[in-house]
Amino acid sequence: MWDYTDKVKEHFMNPRNVGDIPDADAVGEAGSLACGDQMKLMLKIDGNEVITDAKFQTFGCGSAVASASALTEMIIGKTLSEAEKITNRDIADYLGGLPAEKMHCSVMGHEALEAAVLNYRGVSAQEAAAGKKQIVCECFGVTAEEIERVARDNALRKIEDVTNYTKAGGGCRQCHGRIQEILDRIAPQAAPAAAQPAAAKLTNIQKMKLIEQTFENEIRPMLKADGGDIELIDVDGDRVVVSLRGMCSSCASSSFTLKKYIEPKLKEFVSPALYVEEVKP
Amino acid sequence: MSIREVYADNNATTMTAPEVLESMQPFFTRLYGNPSSMHQFGGQVKKHIDRARAQVAALLGAQPSEIIFTSCGTESDNAAIRGVLAATPDKRHIITSRVEHPAVKNVFQYLGQSGYRVSELSVDREGRLDLDELREVLSDDTALVSLMWANNETGVLFPVEQAAVMARAAGAVFHCDAVQAAGKIPIDLGGSSIDLLSISGHKLHAPKGVGVLYVRKGTHFSPWLLGGHQELGRRAGTENVPGIVGLGRACELARECIDAENTTVRALRDRLEKSLLDRAIDASVNGDTAGRLPNTANISFKYIEGESILLLLSEAGIAASSGSACTSGSLEPSHVLRAMGVPFTRVHGSVRFSLSRYTTAEDVDYIVENMLRIERRLRELSPFGRDELPPQAG
Repeated sequence: MWDYTDKVKEHFMNPRNVGDIPDADAVGEAGSLACGDQMKLMLKIDGNEVITDAKFQTFGCGSAVASASALTEMIIGKTLSEAEKITNRDIADYLGGLPAEKMHCSVMGHEALEAAVLNYRGVSAQEAAAGKKQIVCECFGVTAEEIERVARDNALRKIEDVTNYTKAGGGCRQCHGRIQEILDRIAPQAAPAAAQPAAAKLTNIQKMKLIEQTFENEIRPMLKADGGDIELIDVDGDRVVVSLRGMCSSCASSSFTLKKYIEPKLKEFVSPALYVEEVKP
Repeated sequence: MSIREVYADNNATTMTAPEVLESMQPFFTRLYGNPSSMHQFGGQVKKHIDRARAQVAALLGAQPSEIIFTSCGTESDNAAIRGVLAATPDKRHIITSRVEHPAVKNVFQYLGQSGYRVSELSVDREGRLDLDELREVLSDDTALVSLMWANNETGVLFPVEQAAVMARAAGAVFHCDAVQAAGKIPIDLGGSSIDLLSISGHKLHAPKGVGVLYVRKGTHFSPWLLGGHQELGRRAGTENVPGIVGLGRACELARECIDAENTTVRALRDRLEKSLLDRAIDASVNGDTAGRLPNTANISFKYIEGESILLLLSEAGIAASSGSACTSGSLEPSHVLRAMGVPFTRVHGSVRFSLSRYTTAEDVDYIVENMLRIERRLRELSPFGRDELPPQAG
């Protein structure tokens, strides 16, 4: 069962502002039925660009409904320029947080709002799409621009996080290389405060020591049983570079060992932000 | 404000039968000896394991010596697949289906990455297997065919007995994951060509933590867990005596109840399904209604989403499950429904109700009333199919 906050549950059980505005001044849609969630947002906007009413319709899970409900509460009474400053993070925070795998629900809310504002300003869906037509994830139709924005707003570092927030990379995985490129490009500008607290407190030397200790206590005994060994090559931020030795170096399931066994151990004993890469000896 | 509890998720796990619990009680504080011990205190426990082995064998139509106790269905599947391949190292081709439980599916995926050639048989729109496809892919190089008897999500039955005959003719070993089938439909291994078969205690009213692997006499099989000589050296580890005794009793009860399972429980399932199909705005059944487990109904509600349905059912005290992406822990909806080609508009709104001999007619009616209310409520929230909505009452 998902670990939803009371506020998420409450907004799901009693969603605010569900329905239709037949003479809406702006309409925005996001998501798709095939992907498992879709939202439609309708706004009434007065002469001073104040959002006087908002209604939504959502097909989706509990957190998708709650995110849409929260969004309408957050934007009613605000001017368009105030509303435009709301990020998906603000929606999640308003709900007391969302499970990581469900952050894409808050992103969908933000996208519907963005689409509605564009609609109000007279930019058609096609024109808006043309402006950001560089689709990275073909499975879920996610653009480079969107991945970059969400990654910046939420200080995302890993492909897995990008998938949780935008769904990009959650299907055939062919776009993982391009997502990594985007992450690498924006990495230096990401807010340092967003790094995992445990990792932030460790110096690089401390981190290496802890990693070595984890190798010695948790990982080597298991590898040695199969005639293998592991060596720490480098630690670069959260990137841990290792080399597998002995039987492990030629083993067909070494990448499996790396991701399913070694990486989880390091996350558990050193820092949840770590990820492991292998170099061949 | 949940008024009553209705458990309709028996393909996930079942209540331990009171008779089963009672049979287990002495083995915690009184008869707690180790059956491998030399002394009488431990040795006297062994006959209770023997009796449980006979009870399990009777349910499956097997010989007691062909029954190995394990810790769960997943262990049985792993031990069967890996144990057969370890004993037949020369053959490099293995066959399974696209709709297996992860306990088989992920083992095959791993073996595929480790150099085995894997054939995955497809299923049709009703979830049925095509035996001609099996015939085409079987070859001299095929070491193992592993197919489930009954699908956990849809309840659809595979013709495993015919498939086993075909595998044997091709010189391949046949394993069957019967975790969902055991106790719900009659199984007679003596009269079949199935070589190995997995069952799990907690799916048939025994507790969690005990399972069975049937290995036909004469089957080439290397044990997976090494250690002591328990289970005739085929599965090391001190026996889970209370669990094994409980599972034996559960199998005895299942034999007694198997007719009721196919009459009473089936009638309740049919009543649930018919009421929902007749009265819902847009509902459809997933799976072959002619060849299914008697207790399972997998129903898709168009334009509404599974996790939302489960949350609202849960609020009403009803336990069920869904193939929706949002309930899977990943972004991927059910691999079973996708393999069947069920459209996304229906996969995301699929709900599985799985009943048991403890389900009552009142339970079924309670599920129907609440499900119809929930469908209506979520359709009013949904941006899709709004023109199909019946006018508001009052």
